[in-house]
Amino acid sequence: MITLKDIMTGINGELLTPGSPLGLECPAVFASDLMSDVLTSAEPGSFLLTGLANPHVISTCSVADMAAVVFVQGKRPGPEVVEQARAKGLPLIITKLPMFEACSRISALFGGRIHGR
Amino acid sequence: MAGDAVFRQEFPVKGGDFAKAGAVACRIKDLLKELGLDAPIVRRAAIASYEAEMNVIMYAWEGRVKLAVSPGEVRITVDDKGPGIPDVDLAMTEGYSTATPEMRELGFGAGMGLPNIRKNADAFRIESWAGRGTHLEITIHTNGHQL
Repeated sequence: MITLKDIMTGINGELLTPGSPLGLECPAVFASDLMSDVLTSAEPGSFLLTGLANPHVISTCSVADMAAVVFVQGKRPGPEVVEQARAKGLPLIITKLPMFEACSRISALFGGRIHGR
Repeated sequence: MAGDAVFRQEFPVKGGDFAKAGAVACRIKDLLKELGLDAPIVRRAAIASYEAEMNVIMYAWEGRVKLAVSPGEVRITVDDKGPGIPDVDLAMTEGYSTATPEMRELGFGAGMGLPNIRKNADAFRIESWAGRGTHLEITIHTNGHQL
């Protein structure tokens, strides 16, 4: 089982929502900057990797039952976005890695056997 | 269904109000969870509501989202005042979009909204009048879930 903490460590990430459950399981990953795609194709419970850092990401994740968000490429969301996520109990991580490298490292954590899109 | 709904609520949506985008869908999701509906049903209703809410915000001047829940189904009705959709069949095509670059920068306008509403609904009806607005009816069966 790969957890939020494993992901954070694997991508040199920083947790933006202190108190989030580090043992939260990551069953699948969905990578996209298009919230339309998240609403259309992401599996509930997935971790979202995105380069978009606006409040719509949080609303989309809430509606689509995403379990956590990883902001790639150092895209730091504003404090209002972090507060919105905290209120909804949605863990946020930020990494300086670009999208492909972050996906690649997470895939390696799962030994290449993760279900991701 | 119209007469036997055991729960009803109505929400206004203001065109162009991107700051509040998602507020109605999140409220509908919370309400359906509180009513004890199954998670997959709640998710489908929330996604369909969100897509419809975004369409009002992106394209219309104002709209109203009505939620009605009965023992057998969730019905979401959306009426907006706006430019309407000149060609509904074209708008229902995956990937067809008239979104502005600003909408796309927010992560929307991929031309998947209406098709995704249809995908998440058990029954979906759309009517639109050019220069007046659009009416959507989204029905999701609750698999006999008793409220």
